[in-house]
Amino acid sequence: MLQRLLSHDLPRSPWLALALLAVLVVLAFAPFLFEGARAMSVAAKILIFILLVASYDLLLGYTGIVSFAHTMFFGIGAYGVAIASERMGAGWAAVGLGLAVALAVSALLSLLIGLFSLRVKAIFFAMITLAVASAFQTLASQLSEFTGGEDGLNFKNPAWLSPSFVPFEGEILGLAIDGRTLCYWLIFATVLGAFLLLLRIVNSPFGRVLQAIRENDFRAEAIGLRTVHYRTVSNVLAALFATLAGALLALWLRYTGPDTTLSFEIMLDILLIVVIGGMGTLYGAVVGSVLFVLAQNYLQDLLKLAGGAAKGVPVLEAVLTPDRWLLWLGLLFVLSVYHFPTGIVGRLRARAQARD
Amino acid sequence: MGSSTPGVSTAPAATAAPSVPRAAFDWRPVALLVALPLLAWPLLGSGSTWLTLTFAGLTMGLIIFVIASGLTLVFGLMDVLNFGHGVFIALGAFMATSVMAWTAGADGPTVAGVFAAMLLAMAVAGAAGLVFERVIVRPVYGLHLKQILITMGGMIVGEELIKVIWGPQQVALPLPQDLRGAWIVGEAAIERYRVLASVIGLVVFVALVWTLNRSKLGLLIRAGVQDRSMVEALGYRIRRLFVGVFVAGSALAGLGGVLWGLYQQSVIPQIGAQVNVLIFIVIIIGGLGSTFGCFVGALLVGLMANYTGYLAPKVALFSNIALMVGVLLWRPQGLYPVANR
Repeated sequence: MLQRLLSHDLPRSPWLALALLAVLVVLAFAPFLFEGARAMSVAAKILIFILLVASYDLLLGYTGIVSFAHTMFFGIGAYGVAIASERMGAGWAAVGLGLAVALAVSALLSLLIGLFSLRVKAIFFAMITLAVASAFQTLASQLSEFTGGEDGLNFKNPAWLSPSFVPFEGEILGLAIDGRTLCYWLIFATVLGAFLLLLRIVNSPFGRVLQAIRENDFRAEAIGLRTVHYRTVSNVLAALFATLAGALLALWLRYTGPDTTLSFEIMLDILLIVVIGGMGTLYGAVVGSVLFVLAQNYLQDLLKLAGGAAKGVPVLEAVLTPDRWLLWLGLLFVLSVYHFPTGIVGRLRARAQARD
Repeated sequence: MGSSTPGVSTAPAATAAPSVPRAAFDWRPVALLVALPLLAWPLLGSGSTWLTLTFAGLTMGLIIFVIASGLTLVFGLMDVLNFGHGVFIALGAFMATSVMAWTAGADGPTVAGVFAAMLLAMAVAGAAGLVFERVIVRPVYGLHLKQILITMGGMIVGEELIKVIWGPQQVALPLPQDLRGAWIVGEAAIERYRVLASVIGLVVFVALVWTLNRSKLGLLIRAGVQDRSMVEALGYRIRRLFVGVFVAGSALAGLGGVLWGLYQQSVIPQIGAQVNVLIFIVIIIGGLGSTFGCFVGALLVGLMANYTGYLAPKVALFSNIALMVGVLLWRPQGLYPVANR
């Protein structure tokens, strides 16, 4: 039963299985386990990043395509829901329409980018996606009547998902359930379902072809697989899942702006998580996202402490501040690419295999 | 009577071998470059606007060429794609802010300060390039995916270090008094600084073309771009050549950063990432590895950016992408593809 659920792609390492189970349980029961808005925000962010990074892993880890346009699709999903909710008034119809339109736009854009760019070499593709994503970000902040410009869009959620909605009188298991909690569980259920779907996709014959293309695209073409078709489909699928993640983010934040979805920092975060977690193993997205988001939130406090301790030491003080978080991230990134090529999941699986 | 060794021909040596036919110069992309301003003339209306914009576009193009030429040579020679090229630009620009501040006279920044800034920026950026190549690029030769990831990481670290040294906020980079203002030609205004920047850009272009075509070093570089293993087989240390080209490319990027910073009159730490996108578009249009292609591509991008910036500012960046798409549909490898890739 579990085998079929996970599409026969088991963790294959006891530590990994334990970690995944722990993450699943903690995220499922997060509203009961943690008090306070910050913890819930962290949990929601972890979930959304899991979906976003897993979709990117499909592209990078399984198909071997480096694309910098992933945040663009993330943004399209968020803006779709935001614009629809703002114009049509809050409600499920707006969310549904916004999501549908965003998915259609993403599919079209990724199809165009894929068909065009994947005929050229991989390096061209990376650079073209970088340019396109950059242009899209500029466009989003410039079309201010439509997208709210730099300030972004604030909007209301459907009634059941807004914080003022209280379905049950009194508390259940010590928690007063409100719309926010329901929103969280909606995100959880969606991410879980989408993740299992992604597992199904990569463990299907289609997924096998993608891996063949990653390993040796010339040979794949030689045995008769049209690599352009498969790459384009992979591109489109990854974009669709990223759009879904964007829509979920918009629902959670009730706000969308160019810096929450389209910024290059998010792209770097995705790259870092994929590399540290393990490319080509969807579970790497889970492990990496958890570690990364936790570190990002709580390590900045640590940096503040360390900076305070290093007061007076000139260079150290400037380097150990929470503002320079990205510096440590960048260093970690470079070191991971060198020494951690298979990521955490790869290492755990290798150890498990070595032991057998 | 003839030679006593059997099998050796005694026929007289052939007459001087026919000279190697020269490849015809591909004039079509240059025609495109000339056509663009001509196309813009009717759209812009007045001749003075056209003159100002065209000159601004050519200046911007030349500055971008200075920055991008190093990147395209590095890729052509060693197949290394340096996504972190922007860090040298930022380093050059910020060095300029410091040097101009140090050399400022009573009336503010001086022209001598500008030249000092350029030289120092080139030196520092070149040194940074040496370190970058050794630490970040060398371990990942041949692995494109890792190169993209690592050089990107290198750029982040570099940008953050720049923020540590110079602070994260915008720094103004005012021009010296002598370089401000413009010469009025008819109704058009030709800014003085832009003339200087164009002259420097042209000097770099001429120097680069001369080095590549008339010196032994250039011959080795061109040969290495065409067939690296053959050059190695002939006994040349291609690694040293590559490190040299990388350092030169970084120094040029530093120089370009100074020019760009003075062009914008302010510098932010993200300047590297911003210009990165532009130079990628340029080298894709020009053809990875080709210097002349980079030149034509840079001028095209500069002109396009200025024309659309005036006519339809919201789509300025998209216009460059449209240009790139158009060029790639016409020639999938760029305007002047390098032969063996």
